[in-house]
Amino acid sequence: MADPAPQSPLVHIRNVSKHFGEGETRVDALRNVSIEVYPGQVVALLGPSGSGKTTLLNVIGCILEPSSGWVKLDNEIVYDGRWLRSDLRRLRLEKIGFIFQFHNLLPFLNSIDNVAVVLNLAGYDAEEAKRRAGELLDYLEVGHRKDAMPAKLSGGEAQRVAIARALANRPRIILADEPTAALDSQRAGIVMDLLRKVAAEQQAAILAVTHDEKIFNRFDHIFHLRDGRLET
Amino acid sequence: MNLAYRDLRHNLGRFLLTCFGLSLLLGVVLSMIGIYRGLVEDALTLVRSPAVDVWVVESGTRGPFAESSRIPGDTREAIARLQGVIAAGSVNYQSVETLHQGAKRRLYVVGYEPGRPGGPDRVVSGRTIGRSHYEMVADRRAGFAVGDRVPLGRNTFTVVGLTDGQVASGGDPAIFITLLDSQELQFELAPPAARREIARGNGGGTTDTVNAVIARVSPNASPESVTLAAQRWKHLAAMTQAEQEIVLTQSVVERARKQIGLFTAILLVVSAVIIALILYTMTMDKIREIATLKLIGAPDRTIIGLIMQQALAMGMIGFGFGALLITAVKDFFPRRVVLQPEDGLALAAAVLLVCILSSGLGVRLALKVDPATALGG
Repeated sequence: MADPAPQSPLVHIRNVSKHFGEGETRVDALRNVSIEVYPGQVVALLGPSGSGKTTLLNVIGCILEPSSGWVKLDNEIVYDGRWLRSDLRRLRLEKIGFIFQFHNLLPFLNSIDNVAVVLNLAGYDAEEAKRRAGELLDYLEVGHRKDAMPAKLSGGEAQRVAIARALANRPRIILADEPTAALDSQRAGIVMDLLRKVAAEQQAAILAVTHDEKIFNRFDHIFHLRDGRLET
Repeated sequence: MNLAYRDLRHNLGRFLLTCFGLSLLLGVVLSMIGIYRGLVEDALTLVRSPAVDVWVVESGTRGPFAESSRIPGDTREAIARLQGVIAAGSVNYQSVETLHQGAKRRLYVVGYEPGRPGGPDRVVSGRTIGRSHYEMVADRRAGFAVGDRVPLGRNTFTVVGLTDGQVASGGDPAIFITLLDSQELQFELAPPAARREIARGNGGGTTDTVNAVIARVSPNASPESVTLAAQRWKHLAAMTQAEQEIVLTQSVVERARKQIGLFTAILLVVSAVIIALILYTMTMDKIREIATLKLIGAPDRTIIGLIMQQALAMGMIGFGFGALLITAVKDFFPRRVVLQPEDGLALAAAVLLVCILSSGLGVRLALKVDPATALGG
């Protein structure tokens, strides 16, 4: 396991709370949660259903504004009133990569274009976007499937293409929601090894929500959430 | 990378099927406009065919198309002598039914004096009437061929020529016969009735009556001055060609015109609703993809562009198919369908506008999609 690096954390949240509704219908999804994730670290968020894992992922992913507390991503405080919705989307595009449980590849684009689309959105020209997308697919050992449509990919291949998409913009932060849930243990291991490789080589912080016990040993740190609180 | 195009290409079969359904609907809209135009054109065909400037009819009427009109047969001589008139002809109009080859045919009979205004403007097959009795020139839509013999009243006529597109305001094909034959057909009593009239001392009655006298006016004279001169005879009324056309379009076919116009407007509204629903459904089907795009940082304009481009593509392809379809089948309609380029362009513009407005519903839905939808199962 990698030791936390001495530099400042890429994901730094302090006393974050999030509630939905008011009065009798109020639900406290997060209560005073504080987390730090450093470059090169791969950490897991664990907890039973309804413990607030997805809410925390949404808060870190700039999708959901916390009710209180602050969130600092790559040394920038977000949700401080200066950020428009479009700014947050831009921040996601430039600094955060997402990996989903069911890959969520766009079904109308082939593998290479699913990766290139992120680069296009970031302003790369078509040729450069395709070149970099091709390199990423090769890096993740699915280059031979670059012209295949998502429906023709196996679960493992699709998840690797999804990881390539998440890495396309060289994000500093990667958020993964059950990245291995749809994979068998062998492929789950390969995916986790890939994520660890990426974290190490790109000095990225990876935060994954998971229930998958067979990959627990592949994380540098595990945060346990219960009823919206972090358990130490 | 054009996401709209890539998505359509991925679901090409479904998209084309949707476009085909829309094209049928837009084809119906276009055909209704064509029928509307055809109705007006049909109503004006026989009025314009003799290329005259003045219509003289019975006093107190707006005949001979809007109302019944009867004037003495010698009126033509009087009108021909008016200053400025260069040619005049007597005409009769009458609807008849006849049996031909076992099928009932409804016809609109035009009686005219050969060599004078009122006859067919162009014979596309055969010849014009050469004899004073029992010859006819028929429109192709009547289904007759040159040489066919057709019973009308108590006589049988030989088809000597064919016209194209000569129909009455009701859509019945026109046939042209001599004025004498049409007077006999319209006014002559059946032999038992004639005998009864003779027994009453009324004689056989005269058939020398016409529905109208039409006149061409010299370029030096004005049709208005001729109508004023004709109206000095107390038993006559007169109107210019322009007034006659207004009578037809604003009186004879007015209700049908309004009905079709209203129906066309309703069809346009129905099309708009259907386009909006299709676009809404297409957007609903892409909620997860839209959420994913938002999550990976796609700006709103990318999402709006995706929906709007697909809406416009659907509208244009649907319109194109519809226009082609109606152009291909318009001649099989029982009544004339007139497709004018300006109507097509106006409908295309309306479809574009409807697509843009209708896509608003889909765009609204897309903009409300929470990117968090992409996370989780």
